[in-house]
Amino acid sequence: MTDLHDKPEQHEREHHIVSPKIYLTIVCCLLVLTATTVAASYVEMGVFNPIVALAIAALKMMLVVLFFMHVKYSTKLTKLTVGAGLFTFLVLVGMTLADYMTRAWGRW
Amino acid sequence: MSDTIVVLPDQATARIPKMNFLSKEKGLLSWLLTGDHKRIAILYLISISFFFFIGGSLAGLIRLELLTPQSDLMATDTYNKVFSMHGIIMVFFFLVPSVPATIGNFLMPMMVGAKDLALPKINLLSWYLYMAAGILAIYTMISGGVDTGWTFTTPLSTHYVNTHVITTGLAVFIAGFSSIFTGLNFIVTIHKMRCPGMTWFRLPLFVWSNYAASILMVLGTPVLAIALVLIVLERTVGIGVFDPTKGGDPLLFQHLFWFYSHPAVYIMILPGMGVISEVVSTFSRKRVFGYTAVAFSSVAIAVFGFFVWAHHMFIMGISNYAALVFSLLTMLVAVPSAIKIFNWAFTLYKGSITFETPMLYAFGFMGLFTIGGMTGVFLGSTGTDIHLTETYFIVAHFHFVMVGGMLMAFLSGLHFWWPKMTGRMYPEKISQLAAVVTFIGFNLTFFPQFILGTLGMPRRYASYPPEFQILNVFSTAGATVLGVGYLLPVLYLTWSLKYGAIAGNNPWQATGLEWQVQSPPLTENFPEIPIMDHEAYDYEWLERQNVSEVASVG
Amino acid sequence: MSDSTAIAHGAVGAEHEHPSYQRHHFETIAQQKDATNFAMWLFLLTEIMFFGGLFTAYLIYRNWYYPAFVEASHQLQIGWGTANTAVLITSSFTMAMGVWSAEMRKKSMLVFFLVLTFVLGLVFLGIKFVEYHEKWEKSHVPGLRYSVQSFVNPASDPEVYKEYHDKPLPLDMARHTELYFFLYFAMTGMHALHMIIGIAILGFMIFRARAGAYTNGHVTFVENFGLYWHFVDIIWIYLFPLLYLISRHQ
Repeated sequence: MTDLHDKPEQHEREHHIVSPKIYLTIVCCLLVLTATTVAASYVEMGVFNPIVALAIAALKMMLVVLFFMHVKYSTKLTKLTVGAGLFTFLVLVGMTLADYMTRAWGRW
Repeated sequence: MSDTIVVLPDQATARIPKMNFLSKEKGLLSWLLTGDHKRIAILYLISISFFFFIGGSLAGLIRLELLTPQSDLMATDTYNKVFSMHGIIMVFFFLVPSVPATIGNFLMPMMVGAKDLALPKINLLSWYLYMAAGILAIYTMISGGVDTGWTFTTPLSTHYVNTHVITTGLAVFIAGFSSIFTGLNFIVTIHKMRCPGMTWFRLPLFVWSNYAASILMVLGTPVLAIALVLIVLERTVGIGVFDPTKGGDPLLFQHLFWFYSHPAVYIMILPGMGVISEVVSTFSRKRVFGYTAVAFSSVAIAVFGFFVWAHHMFIMGISNYAALVFSLLTMLVAVPSAIKIFNWAFTLYKGSITFETPMLYAFGFMGLFTIGGMTGVFLGSTGTDIHLTETYFIVAHFHFVMVGGMLMAFLSGLHFWWPKMTGRMYPEKISQLAAVVTFIGFNLTFFPQFILGTLGMPRRYASYPPEFQILNVFSTAGATVLGVGYLLPVLYLTWSLKYGAIAGNNPWQATGLEWQVQSPPLTENFPEIPIMDHEAYDYEWLERQNVSEVASVG
Repeated sequence: MSDSTAIAHGAVGAEHEHPSYQRHHFETIAQQKDATNFAMWLFLLTEIMFFGGLFTAYLIYRNWYYPAFVEASHQLQIGWGTANTAVLITSSFTMAMGVWSAEMRKKSMLVFFLVLTFVLGLVFLGIKFVEYHEKWEKSHVPGLRYSVQSFVNPASDPEVYKEYHDKPLPLDMARHTELYFFLYFAMTGMHALHMIIGIAILGFMIFRARAGAYTNGHVTFVENFGLYWHFVDIIWIYLFPLLYLISRHQ
């Protein structure tokens, strides 16, 4: 079974040109989210403060990645690559923090 | 059944092909500004051999010092510098680039059916970064070197030593980028430049292994980079990140350092395993047993390799719970490696085995890597690790997998593809002798170190209790034999460049696209991009090719 | 020994009608574009992991020394930080518009957007310089010029005190504010370094764009640089809340 890589249709996505209207919408969303996160930092939410801040940051990141960086219109490989990067980052941060946070649990 | 599979052209009439990548352009600049992956591979081969012998000489000094229980050959500070530089040079300047940058660079594009790697200029940049780093490391060594061990452990390296930590850290930082660019190039090439018909599961397993190693290079090395940057900042500015008096945690460095350095050992071994797949298949005349399992286990090793780094830190102060989790994951990461060993063994079963030099090294690999790997399990288990860590048991463990494993795989691959790279055969008898000498020397050097470790001799010590001397003497004796075993290939391989038999395209009757073109290959590898229409390791396809070929020239 | 019969020859008739900017080891221009784009993404992965180490350090020390981090973060002016965030987000927009202009082959528009991105990048760096200078003046530069006075006795710093009324920190916790500032300088400094490199490349690109190098169909360079620029923006998107917005409520 021959499986020719890079079928011609896939190249069409190279030419999927994202319109300026979309860019404008996204940048407005990003600025609104920035204002939101600043406002949220003035509100006492206890343990939710960092969660909200990081959630908003993650949302902003997704908007930049999907639209400005064209990942929404990209191949599965590109999406997989982004995912792999995020995953490895989370492993580094998560497993290292797991050590630090469990130290206080003491011996068994 | 003949005792060799070698088929050479008629030596009376055979010639090295006039047009090949070596003869295409002449002059130093054509080498220093080349984009040809094959020339870059040769540049790397010469460079890493040079660094190997520097690292090897340092090893010789270590073993000389350890002949006697007292620290009498050199001051203990000097000894610390010798083993540190030995580790740094061997790990970063030999083992990490060894197979990928030489054999991988040379062959991988041909194996996927491409004319070059995806980014030839980045490939050349990678070599220049390597050389810059190497020269900086040599300069640092001459100016006094570092004595922190290759692991730069904090707070020793940041607060307690006065040696050249910053320049050495910088050298390793630069070498890291060399590695990143090689890995990046490989991943892009394998994804985007396979020839028509070359599906993922028709790729040689050497390509799969290098792919997995490249993922580790790209994702792991940057963390080493930031760890080194932080050490430099700590030493120069005194930011306090690893300084307990300012609230920092020295263990953070170790987390960042080992997050790279554990995957680094897989970066080192995976390409070697790729070589073994090719060699075992060719010299058993059989397709690799369980191709899919071997391919997926390469990737599994890469993925799982990211989850186990803290097993280097069991006694350093991580929490018990973290130790438990990392220990469990360490047991899991051993499984894919074991799968490969089993698959190679089943490839041998009912194969037509011959014992040319690459196969001898491959046998050595299979035995010694298995031993090294199994002792890794003892170390991965927290209870036993408490007693064995920081002793000679660890030293023996990693030398078994790295020298008995990786270095043997490198030599196996070097001999296997030497005819392809140079157009000439190496002399078989002396090379088989060298392989046996290496094997004997290796076991004599490193097996006693397992015993020394269990008896309690600590690593990185210049002096030791007198009752350990006899084993140390065996080890040093073995090291001498080993040195001879490594020197011989330098001599006869150089000799073969001029006097070796003309190899022809496919002296081993191997499958794989690289064996279907001339030796040495053309600069563009293939006159036209091939179409892959058969599975990997398809010896029946090869039979059909030979049946229909015309044997005479002109 | 056969050398050519074993290989089935590739696509016939592929007479190389390829653009001048196609490298010869690629079979088609599409393959070249695909490969270089993928290579850029892989490079960005290395950058994620490089910054990852710093984020790890940040999360650990913030967890350990939360009071110190809160009070130290009050020393950063939220106005500058928000302004910088807006500047960078806008520059991402102008960069995306630049890529669009290149794809639409509109040369002067491309140059316009590249220049705008360049200027916004400089504005960002300018604001950062102002902030760094202020930190130096107030002796909040770890290792080089550091004083815990503002944290041991917050009332001695009237501008910050009147906004947050921070409580005085015990000396050992006050000393840990130095770790916050190390992370502040290391993370924003590393980010700024990437900005400087980006701005330098932008300068080169403006020069080339004016010569029409990117509006003849060969947009890859601009596109791939755009990816880099957006990535640098994403790093800041995380740095801003982590460094400036730890807790502004009192």
